[in-house]
Amino acid sequence: MTNYLFYPGCSMTRSSRPYLDSLLAIRKDLNLSLEEVHDWNCCGATEYHSVHRLAAYALIGRNLALAAQQANGSRTVVAGCSACYVNLAKTDRYMREDALLDGQVNEALAAGGLSYRPGAVAVRHLLDIIFNDIGLEAIRQRVSRPLTGLRVAPYYGCMIVRPDPDQRFSSTEYPHELDDLLSALGATVIDYPLKTHCCGGHMTQISPPVAYGLIRRLLLGAEQYRADIMVTLCPMCQLNLDAFQVDVNRHFEADSHMPVLYFTQLIGLAFGHGAEELGIGKEFVTAREALSRIGVAVPAEEAPPPRPRRRAKDDPSLPMPRMAESVEESE
Amino acid sequence: MTAFVSLDTAHDPPLNLLESVERATPGHSRLEMCIQCGSCGGSCPSGPDMEHTPRQLFAMIRADMRDQVLASNAPWYCVSCYFCMVRCPQDVHITDLMYTLKSMAINAGLYRDRTGPDLSESFVGYVDSFGRSFELGLATRHYLRHQPKELMGRAQMGLGMLSRGRIDLTPQRIQAIDQLQAILRRARELEGSA
Repeated sequence: MTNYLFYPGCSMTRSSRPYLDSLLAIRKDLNLSLEEVHDWNCCGATEYHSVHRLAAYALIGRNLALAAQQANGSRTVVAGCSACYVNLAKTDRYMREDALLDGQVNEALAAGGLSYRPGAVAVRHLLDIIFNDIGLEAIRQRVSRPLTGLRVAPYYGCMIVRPDPDQRFSSTEYPHELDDLLSALGATVIDYPLKTHCCGGHMTQISPPVAYGLIRRLLLGAEQYRADIMVTLCPMCQLNLDAFQVDVNRHFEADSHMPVLYFTQLIGLAFGHGAEELGIGKEFVTAREALSRIGVAVPAEEAPPPRPRRRAKDDPSLPMPRMAESVEESE
Repeated sequence: MTAFVSLDTAHDPPLNLLESVERATPGHSRLEMCIQCGSCGGSCPSGPDMEHTPRQLFAMIRADMRDQVLASNAPWYCVSCYFCMVRCPQDVHITDLMYTLKSMAINAGLYRDRTGPDLSESFVGYVDSFGRSFELGLATRHYLRHQPKELMGRAQMGLGMLSRGRIDLTPQRIQAIDQLQAILRRARELEGSA
C-alpha cells in the first residue's frame, strides 16, 4: 500500500463533500492510504493573493511546512481540489526559483515556529496519483460493473493542467488522463473540445452574466456531443456547472439538464459501490435518469424547498395574512 | 500620486510602475519580456468583458499609466484559468501579475467597482479569523451587499446546499489559529502593507 499525505481543502470538507465521500469509499479498492495533513489551513483559493501577496504564500507555506514535518515515509502531498493543488504546487516551485520569496516566506513561518525547505514535499493532484501511480491496469481489474453505454464528457477545468508548474500532465490544453481513466471504466468518452475551458471561477460572484456565458458554453458543448453526464475533478467546477445550472437556464431561456459528477463517483460505480455511499444524489441536477440507463438506482431526491409565494401585481385585495398552504391550494 | 505600499516610498528615486509591479510579484514575473503579441487577450475567456486586455495593460504599465492601470476592471475579470500564461511565448507570469495588480488597486483605492475587492477581502477576513474559508458567511455577506435583487434565488440555492449537506452553518476553526495569525502578521509586515 502506498502512503500519501492528503490535503482535503475547505471545499472538499463541505460544498464538495460527495467528492470526499466517494474518494473514501474507493480508497480501499485502490489500495490507497491517505493521511490527512494535521491542522491544515485554507490555501487562499484565488482570493487571498488578490489582497495580500506575500501573506498568501505564507498561508500556503504553513501547509507545506506542516506536511513536510509529518512526512513519515511519504513526501507526496495529494490534493483533490485543483485550486488547492495549484496553490501548493506553485508556492513550492516559486520558492525553489526565487530566493527572496523563499527567505521571506520562511521569515514569516518562523513567527509561528515553522520552516519549509522548498522541494521537501512533492505536490500532486489526485487524478495524477490514480492515473500514474495506481495505473489503468489495476483499475480495469477492479471494475465489476462497467459503465457500458454511458456517454461522458471528461471535464478537467483549468488549474489541474495549467500552469502545471512541475509538468505532470500530458498537455496544458488537451490532456487525456481523465479520458483514458473513464474509458477504462467502460464508459463511452466523447472527444470533448472544451475539456479544459473555464467554468467561470469566481465570476459567478463578481459578474454573474460573464460566468453564465462560460457555463452555458460548456453545457452546450457537452450536449452537442450527446453526453449523458459531465465528469469533473474540481469542487469549483462542479459547483458552478451544477448549482448554477438553474440560473444559467433562466438567463439564457435554455433547458439544459446536464448532471455533473466527480470522477471518483464514477470509479466507485464501476467498482460496484452504491450510489448513496458515493454521495450521488447530492447534486442539484440529478443524475438519476442518466444512471438508470446503466442500471444504477439513485436514492430519492429530497423535495425542493417551497417557492416563496408572491402577490400578483394586479391583485386588488388588501395584503392579508395567508391561510395554511393546503387551504389556499384548494381554493 | 497615492502612496500604496512602502516598497514604493522606500525608494529614492521612486520606482516606476513597471519596477514596482515586478517587485511586488512573487517569483520572476518576466513582465519586462512582453513583446505585445496579444496571445494573452486572444486566449482570455473574459477578454471581451475587460476594459483592457492583458497586452494593453502591460503596455500601459510600461508607459507608467498608474491610475488608469489600477482602475481597470481587467484584473478583477481574470478567472485564473492560466490560458494566457501557458500560451505566452515569453513565459510572462500573467495570472500572477493580475493578482499583483488587484492588491495594488486595493491598496491605492483605485478600483471603480467594489464587488471584486469586497469578495476578496471578505474571504481573507474569514481565513484570518478561522484558518478556513466559510462559504455560508462569505456568500450571505456578498449577496446582501452586491446582489440584493438576486437574494431570493440565492437563498433557494443556499437551502438546496443545506438540504444536501453541502454547507456548514458555522465556520470551522483550525487548532493553531494563533500560530497562523502570527505568520500572517509577520508576512504583512514584510510585504509592507500591514
